[in-house]
Amino acid sequence: MTFAFRQKTALPGFHLALGYTLVYLSLIVLLPLAALVLRTSSLGLAGIVDLALQPRILASLRTSFGIAFAAAAFNAVFGLIVAWVLVRYDFPGRRFLDAAVDLPFALPTAVAGIALAALYAPTGWVGGLLEPLGLKVAYTPLGIGVALVFIGLPFVVRTVEPVIRELEPEIEEAAATLGANRGQTLRRVILPALLPAIITGFALAFARGVGEYGSVIFIAGNIPYVSEIAPLLIIVRLEEFDYAGATAIATLMLVAAFAILLFINLVQAWSRRRFGYV
Amino acid sequence: MTRMKLLASLLFAAGLALPALPAAAADITLLNVSYDPTRELYRDINAAFAAEWKARTGDNVLIRQSHGGSGKQARAVIDGLEADVVTLALAADIDAIATHSKKLPQDWQKRLSNNASPFTSTIVFLVRKGNPKAIKDWDDLAKPGVAVITPNPKTSGGARWNYLAAWAYANEKFGGDEARIRAFVQSIYKNAPVLDTGARGSTITFAQRGLGDVLIAWENEAFLASLEFGKDKFDIVTPSLSILAEPPVSLVDANADARKTRPVAEAYLAFLWSDKAQALGAKHYYRPAKPAAAAKEDLARLPALRQVAIDQAFGGWKAAQTKHFGDGGVFDQIYAPAR
Repeated sequence: MTFAFRQKTALPGFHLALGYTLVYLSLIVLLPLAALVLRTSSLGLAGIVDLALQPRILASLRTSFGIAFAAAAFNAVFGLIVAWVLVRYDFPGRRFLDAAVDLPFALPTAVAGIALAALYAPTGWVGGLLEPLGLKVAYTPLGIGVALVFIGLPFVVRTVEPVIRELEPEIEEAAATLGANRGQTLRRVILPALLPAIITGFALAFARGVGEYGSVIFIAGNIPYVSEIAPLLIIVRLEEFDYAGATAIATLMLVAAFAILLFINLVQAWSRRRFGYV
Repeated sequence: MTRMKLLASLLFAAGLALPALPAAAADITLLNVSYDPTRELYRDINAAFAAEWKARTGDNVLIRQSHGGSGKQARAVIDGLEADVVTLALAADIDAIATHSKKLPQDWQKRLSNNASPFTSTIVFLVRKGNPKAIKDWDDLAKPGVAVITPNPKTSGGARWNYLAAWAYANEKFGGDEARIRAFVQSIYKNAPVLDTGARGSTITFAQRGLGDVLIAWENEAFLASLEFGKDKFDIVTPSLSILAEPPVSLVDANADARKTRPVAEAYLAFLWSDKAQALGAKHYYRPAKPAAAAKEDLARLPALRQVAIDQAFGGWKAAQTKHFGDGGVFDQIYAPAR
């Protein structure tokens, strides 16, 4: 009884674990972010606002966030299908395919970018087929999208996969016996259960896509106002030895990403309340 | 075998063996921080210098090399990379080290002859075999329908030379009428489908990906590309006028003093002007400061052309850097959307 107020959980070592967590998070995450904000603050609020309103920076932020959003949405749909197939069907080579999904995680991003650029350039295998159709992929915004879809796929598949595995086929059968057709089962039974996981996967892929540099830079073309991503402008500032300017763009990206992730989290909380806990 | 020959071959063997020695066995190590396309050049020069230093003093010297984009290398030295000497693509990058780190004096470029540049180069065009678009001079690059491959001047030192060469040509053509020069340079960049971040990236885009009709490149890079990808694939076109590209070298005083390597580092830089190093420069398609030292057949590969020096045409790197490549400078303006 006397221990009741000291021991809040069954596991021992709460204080130690909490202390460790705080120190670890501070060192690994908060410290670099604080340095970033500190460096930016030398510019002053007026300087940052001035920078944020420069048309070229606005254009690159639009490119980075817009294409990352589109690529993450694309992955949310097609990554879901991939995860579904990998969990629900057994076929020869399934384990091999399952392992291949992780490749974009493992591959150095520059290698991925060079490989994609070689493939989608007008002389490449895929680019050569698309060229006669008037479709240019490499060195256009579309190329950035291709790279971000490649990079983002495992985030969606790996978050959705375990949830699908938990989802028992009996639920679908029950829905069928209660008179639901296939479309209704999908819409009313399966998707609501998967939605929180899909949103998480989408958010992860999106966040990764916004900051991606290595794989994009080789396929983007880097033309100002057209296919210039915000991380490239950070590099350009560094080349000019303008550290404050570079960190200011980084802070802008940080704030925007934070706002969007917060919004996604709110949507997720709402969907949990609406469709139940997963 | 005469004694001299024996000695020479022994020295040569020592030079060959040096890079294989573990760092602890060498008496002195130097770090030369350089830019991208000089790998092959400095590999040869370092071996030659090590042999000569051994003969002169009996000490072993091991020269470590670091290569990368010129601006990135300058930043690494500012941030604390312990370079004894820097050999970069443009004076502006060494100026930046002097300004931001104070590790060398502001007047570093006056300490050595030839603006501290033992070799120069120039900017030429690499075109597809047979020159199907009949590209002869800068005018042809500004024509609609010609795809021009050049890296981004904001991220690449080589690209700044490309840009300034085009500007220098237009400056003569239009007699200094700035509005028309701008329009001319702008029409060249409107023809660029890609702006790679570095000179090597552009070479790959042009040679391997098959993009574009013409690559604007360092002369030595153009030769290397045609060697690498096949002589039957490309032709080199030398424009009527180009820029005198001077990639300078300097001692990084504070680092050399801290590491007590000043004498050997200074001797290393002086060695770059020796007959041997000058000949090696010409062998690697650079234009030596002392052409008399180079082999005739090496020099014959580099055609004569009119070259404009940056000090005369642009008032030096500092002025050119601020006016053209600074934030909101002329290069940024030519990409600004028309309002």
